Amino acid sequence: MELPANYRLLESHEWHNDNDGVVSIGITQFAADELTDVTYVELPKVGAKLAAGDRFGTIESVKATSDLYTGIAGTVVEVNAALNNDPAQVNTDPYQAGWMIRLKPDNAADVGQLLSAADYLKKTGH
Amino acid sequence: MLKRTPFFDFHTSLGAKMVDFAGWEMPLMYRSIVDEHQHTRSSGGLFDVSHMGRLSFSGKDAAKFLNLVASRDLSTSAVGQCKYALICNEQGGVMDDVIISRDTKQWLMVCNASNRDKLNKHFFAIRKQRDLDFDMSDSTEATAMVALQGPKAIDKIAGVLPTDLSALKRWRFESGSFMLIKYTIYRTGYTGEDGIELVLPAKMAGMAMKLLGGRFEKETATLRPAGLGARDTLRTEAGLPLYGHELSEEIDPIEAGLGFAVSLEKDFIGAAALRAKVQTRKLVGLELEGRRIARQGAIIQKSGQPIGVATSGTMSPTLGKSIAMAFVGLEHAAVGTAVDVELSGTPHAAKVVPLPFYKRA
Repeated sequence: MELPANYRLLESHEWHNDNDGVVSIGITQFAADELTDVTYVELPKVGAKLAAGDRFGTIESVKATSDLYTGIAGTVVEVNAALNNDPAQVNTDPYQAGWMIRLKPDNAADVGQLLSAADYLKKTGH
Repeated sequence: MLKRTPFFDFHTSLGAKMVDFAGWEMPLMYRSIVDEHQHTRSSGGLFDVSHMGRLSFSGKDAAKFLNLVASRDLSTSAVGQCKYALICNEQGGVMDDVIISRDTKQWLMVCNASNRDKLNKHFFAIRKQRDLDFDMSDSTEATAMVALQGPKAIDKIAGVLPTDLSALKRWRFESGSFMLIKYTIYRTGYTGEDGIELVLPAKMAGMAMKLLGGRFEKETATLRPAGLGARDTLRTEAGLPLYGHELSEEIDPIEAGLGFAVSLEKDFIGAAALRAKVQTRKLVGLELEGRRIARQGAIIQKSGQPIGVATSGTMSPTLGKSIAMAFVGLEHAAVGTAVDVELSGTPHAAKVVPLPFYKRA
């Protein structure tokens, strides 16, 4: 899967996609490949308030456990319940079906401060 | 600069994800850990284990020396027999777990890649200290080793080598020659399945792959390559220890459940300490409720108090359950004991279950 050019990222491999004022967050194919077969994703409750840089959940695979971070402050308006039954979507479709949480950002401009897709790819050596 | 096995090109040509393991560039997986694991259990997996140490001992005091450094009584080893044993330090802590095999004119040892240098140094020192007369050689980098494991593995390669695999029992080995290639074949493995481990000259690695069938990328292939990721999930299901997790110099073989490989009445390095030691803890199997995985270092609790620590854990592809191995105090080691595993600061319910988690039919 190719990283969509308009996504913004953290160096810790979480992508952020601003869609009409709601920001979806997931992890990149690179991160999913590093984890290998994802077995479980722990997500926050709807309504949770997050600050920029907060850990919002945990992702587990047969191989390793990793924390998940948000790059922007906001309120959780939706979580991807489908990942409870099929966490493997993170491996097979990380940029669409594998989305994890949706935030209403505290400041609409925050997401634009994160790494551009091009810069992320450069920094991670892709 | 990482070392490469003779199968490096084979791995990269199949798109393997390569990682550093004990200073070697090894395949973590080719397709998916779970896929490779399940294929090994249902059909066959092919594992590059060339990174493991291959040592040999010969000469007047070779047997005496091995009986001195290994926990197992090797005086009863028949030619062609392999024995699992521990090499211990003076305190009875495990320096490595190895397989020692008796050949007609020498003894062979396969050890962990991570401990090869340590063992070589240890063996040199003991030989000098005790003034023993034997030769030692390390053929690791001159040879390749591949493990073929799974219910269909033996049948698949039955006609390929001159060795009669139906006559080669578990824990036996044979040396032979095929088209001028000298090989050694062991009926041993680390997955809980039947299978063999084959050693041959490094230069013949490519030829070996052709002999074994070649078309490994096909989904329908009986034997498919499997990486270190699957090797780890397979051995965890089989309740087999991994050095650095269930075994270390701070762990003795008895508490690790390996008493069968320890002959306490024999005088070997570490025996006196082991005879004197009062056991306080034991390696057990745990099954966790839910989908969270216990990793090495996770604290095991009972009623909020720490009672032990996890050594390995994964989501078992065969059982569909979160499993772990852990050391717990003897008083909590009975099968059925309810415990908690602390994950992300929260206790997660688990219970003690028998090892191994999986046994082949």
